[in-house]
Amino acid sequence: MTLLDVQNLRVTFATEAGPVEAVRGVSFSLGRERLGIVGESGSGKTMTGRAVLRLIRPPGRIEADRMVFDGQNLIEASEREMRALRGKRIGMVMQDPKYSLNPVMTVGDQLTEGLRRRDGLGRRDAEAKAISALEAVQIRDPARVMEAYPHELSGGMGQRVMIAMMLIPEPDLLIADEPTSALDVTVQAEVLAILDRLVRDRGMGLIFISHDLRLVARFCDRVLVMYKGRVVEELQASNLLAAQHPYTRGLLNCLPRIGGPREPLPGLDRTGAWAE
Amino acid sequence: MSLIEIEDLSVTFRAKGREVRAVEGVSLKVGKGESFGLVGESGSGKSTILRAICGLVPVTGGSIRIGGQPLPSPRGRAFSTQVQMVFQDPYASLHPRHTVDRTLSEPLAIHGIPGSDARVVQALTDVGLPPAFRFRYPHQLSGGQRQRVAIARALMLQPKVLLLDEPTSALDASVQAEVLNLLNRLRAERDLTFLMVSHDLAVIDYMTDRILVMQHGRAVEELSRSDLAAARMTTEYARSLFAASADRMLDPAVAAPA
Repeated sequence: MTLLDVQNLRVTFATEAGPVEAVRGVSFSLGRERLGIVGESGSGKTMTGRAVLRLIRPPGRIEADRMVFDGQNLIEASEREMRALRGKRIGMVMQDPKYSLNPVMTVGDQLTEGLRRRDGLGRRDAEAKAISALEAVQIRDPARVMEAYPHELSGGMGQRVMIAMMLIPEPDLLIADEPTSALDVTVQAEVLAILDRLVRDRGMGLIFISHDLRLVARFCDRVLVMYKGRVVEELQASNLLAAQHPYTRGLLNCLPRIGGPREPLPGLDRTGAWAE
Repeated sequence: MSLIEIEDLSVTFRAKGREVRAVEGVSLKVGKGESFGLVGESGSGKSTILRAICGLVPVTGGSIRIGGQPLPSPRGRAFSTQVQMVFQDPYASLHPRHTVDRTLSEPLAIHGIPGSDARVVQALTDVGLPPAFRFRYPHQLSGGQRQRVAIARALMLQPKVLLLDEPTSALDASVQAEVLNLLNRLRAERDLTFLMVSHDLAVIDYMTDRILVMQHGRAVEELSRSDLAAARMTTEYARSLFAASADRMLDPAVAAPA
């Protein structure tokens, strides 16, 4: 079953030097699976994720031939209809907990805010639900974390709080934009395991945006490789090593490997017709 | 004789009656021309060791010697002609309102070295940047270009030792490859000694001959490059770092879905 269908998505920014196209005709569809979007900085992967939620402000413009989520046309939807979708049906986990959590609100207040306002729960019920959400992302001491301000948490904890916050409304689709880039490898593995279990248990769709090809390959079912706003290759994650596109191969080859050879790492050749 | 000798180094911060032991009893030796790596997660104290060498944090116990000599406090000019550091974030480590030219010629002016014009041009060429970049500001450069400028700055006084604090973790994979290649070329050309910090085991493995795994401010295990490649680590922690290392996912034997 198709949860999200995007055809020919374009994101354009009007600048003094003329329009800049950040996303140039991206198409993909997603069922209840894990889709990875990889690319370097500036490849348009984040903009693609944000465009799905229509989180691009003027002078940015979103255009698409088709952008349908669960039967609802996202291009035509009113701002009011979008607000009803955001969070509730489509959640988004941002990259850096330092910048994405409100620094002057306790974690507990931030977690219960939506429950109380949107779902009209009482304080006690909202708090109970928030605590169980924190437990679901394996925070050992949820009562203490509820009282804490974001700066009192480590990066890994902050990231888990954001995941917990997005999961409370039980969305059908989760867009995770570099959810583990700010974390250490060992913590990264834990957070990924948590995300993975939640996606499986709840049957969510997941769009996992990352610059780390290796991570995406391990974690997702399918991978879109983006370059300069276009999808240059789409492949099954298990076949990543068999990637054909010179850009994908270049991205793979320029990473050092443990026990690999000491010769200079190959650079990326951006001379092909695809690099236009 | 080792060029860098660190013995039983401790760094303790005291704030508001609380003690934070960032580094506790770490010893290591790096020979001349060698490349040595420190790995561990954030808060393991690896960067603090580099900062202690430079005198940016107080040494509360143990000793650091460079070329057999204990280091004076403050470090002084002689130190900066021997040891230089490249920082993690090229967006934060270059002065935003100084041109590249000013950033690169400042160490020469401080040390009274003449001919700064020619030296700046040469330094830019050495790190693979066109000489016209002299008059740019950091915001007019990409991340990779900025890190090249930071490396050029560190090399202006022709030091023997380069301390590298996660020099590529803020860069894209393809740019990381270029900067790592540049560092290796410079090390070979100038017979430099590297002490490099990273959380990425694959990068450390590619760049260094021996590594020290750190956790919670303590040395956990020292490994040679061949030990690491063959997964001959003896401690649980080093093994877990190795297992979580992203590059292992490309190994067909390991990459099978878990």
